Amino acid sequence: MPTQLVSDASPDASPDNPVGRVIATEYGPSDKVFRGVITSGAMMSLVVLALIAGFLLFRGLEIFRDFGFGFITNVVWDPGDGIDKATASFGIGAMLVGSVVTAVIALLIATPFAMGTALFLEYYCPSWLRIFLTSVLDLVAAIPSVIYGIWGYAVFMKYGTSWGRSINEYLGWFPLFNVPAPIFERSPFIAGMVLALMIVPITTSVARAVYSQAPRDQIDAVYALGGSRWSGIRHIVLPFGRSGLIGGAMLGLGRALGETVAVYLVLNLVFRINFEILASVGGNVASLIANKFGEAGEYELKALMASGLVLFLVTLLVNFAATAIVGRTRGTES
Amino acid sequence: MTTTFVPDTLVKPGRPWRRTHRSTLATLGFVAIAGLSSTGIVAVTGLAGPLGWYVGFVFSLAVLGFLGSFFRDRVVAIDLFATVLICTAFMTVLIPWVSIFYSVIKRGAPAFHKGYLTTDMLVTSSGEALNLGGLSHAIVGTLLMLIIAALICIPLGIIAAIYIVEIKGRFAGVVRFLTQAMSGVPSIVAGLFIYSTLVILVFHSFSGIAGACALAILMLPTVTRTAEEVLKLVPDHLRAASYALGASQAQTTFRVVLPSVRSGLISASVLGLARVAGETAPLLLTSGYFIKLTTNVGNGAIGSLPTYIFSALGAGTTESMTRAWGGACVLLALILILFIGARSLGGRNKGR
Repeated sequence: MPTQLVSDASPDASPDNPVGRVIATEYGPSDKVFRGVITSGAMMSLVVLALIAGFLLFRGLEIFRDFGFGFITNVVWDPGDGIDKATASFGIGAMLVGSVVTAVIALLIATPFAMGTALFLEYYCPSWLRIFLTSVLDLVAAIPSVIYGIWGYAVFMKYGTSWGRSINEYLGWFPLFNVPAPIFERSPFIAGMVLALMIVPITTSVARAVYSQAPRDQIDAVYALGGSRWSGIRHIVLPFGRSGLIGGAMLGLGRALGETVAVYLVLNLVFRINFEILASVGGNVASLIANKFGEAGEYELKALMASGLVLFLVTLLVNFAATAIVGRTRGTES
Repeated sequence: MTTTFVPDTLVKPGRPWRRTHRSTLATLGFVAIAGLSSTGIVAVTGLAGPLGWYVGFVFSLAVLGFLGSFFRDRVVAIDLFATVLICTAFMTVLIPWVSIFYSVIKRGAPAFHKGYLTTDMLVTSSGEALNLGGLSHAIVGTLLMLIIAALICIPLGIIAAIYIVEIKGRFAGVVRFLTQAMSGVPSIVAGLFIYSTLVILVFHSFSGIAGACALAILMLPTVTRTAEEVLKLVPDHLRAASYALGASQAQTTFRVVLPSVRSGLISASVLGLARVAGETAPLLLTSGYFIKLTTNVGNGAIGSLPTYIFSALGAGTTESMTRAWGGACVLLALILILFIGARSLGGRNKGR
């Protein structure tokens, strides 16, 4: 890149006193155009994010004005006659709680497995296998959510239901595992398991990227002092990669919060705030939108836009935090 | 006269970490004993089936690892226990994915017949016999939308990557950060956004272009990040040589940097396509679902593989369920092809 100015041109040049070559300091006109075009093109992500927030706010503003903060906390979805707020009533409290419940279940299940998988790939498996498995991991990250959904609905539901029943049988005294009626299909627990499967690849790949940067010399020092492989991981790799793991887990959390189709297919959408994770009652803002969109009238559509905005802001917040945390680890390494 | 002392035998340095036959046998024996005891557990207790056997296997491995601490050094025992945990965590994660691929192929296979890839569902309802109808409309719709999404997104993604790597502008950090954040935008929100703009304001109906725009939004982060990593692999001396020959930055970028990583950039784009090929939620809101083979992307609903699966699932009969699995099979095959294509193109530029 032409950065530094070195201008040796002297005004009184002569054959005895040759003129030094002028080295340009400024970008030429073509480069100015080039840099301008590229810079404005690169702002696209900013523009898109701003447009999404702007348009959803624009469409949903009426809802926020009509229902105020109650839209976030209320537990009701009644489109009424579909014209205005006279007969309608909207509040996504149950869906927000449901989103958080399923996403947290997914996170709690996925993180230990992602951590184990990342450690296995980085420190236990032979290198020929690692290259292959990394490709596999990228591939399963690309499996679309509708396939996770159909698998969860048609194959996994049977297992998830029986696991839920067993947990309820032995641990039912614990409030979280209690159920009002012995129906275990389509519960937040099952949705959380499917989501966990979906977020394992991303959490694993972030964790693996951070673990692979752990200082090799310190691990070798542990070995030299007679430590085992686990000692090296326990005392060097895990402390080094802690914020990377947290960041990766939060990226997974963001993904789980916004998942639509898989949750739609395996979760029973009920407007009730429910913490009994084995019961067949749950919710998720994204699947609410997919569920109600088809038959929504104009006013209900505005409510859906408003829910979309809330979901967008929540996931954006989680992602900002996650990116910042992962970035901090990357920063300390250099 | 000096005498040199020559030892009878040179002491070879030891290599205690080397894998010996004995240690391999010990590992195999350890796993075999766990397998046997798991078979016993399955025979005696309520655990049943392959999954029950696996649970017993993991349990036996953990117990054996724990028992090891009575016979061996504590450090070694803990190491063994951790190894068991980490390896089983990995194996456990593999099971559901194997199950997904297996069930997609096994349950999707009955849906295939001679005309499955070449007929549409115009005259067939999804509950009818499986030798009628097909998903040509869905394949054509998905491919068209992917092509349009690629045309929109790939230039923008590469421009953003050029900005971050080549121009290193003042906002490079911001752009990276926002791109990362954008990868977390829920797909349904992208769909809602396109619905509220393109569908309501511009086309006044569902359309393939609207669907493609939603896909492009979701694809942008993947393309940008992968392209950025590819561009970073270009050695600086190439750029320096170009500048030394008097080239401008634009010439350097377009004639030196980009051509040298062409395959990597194509691979980045294809990877992005593979990631969005199966997006369902945004298409439900933007392109809708249509049962007739059509190439009209500007106006009206258009078929696509994910919405085909979704609508077949909604119909609820045995035949429609099989059709959904068949669609999943085709979709997974498409993604696999894209993915392998991306990998074989980008293989040269891959670091590790």
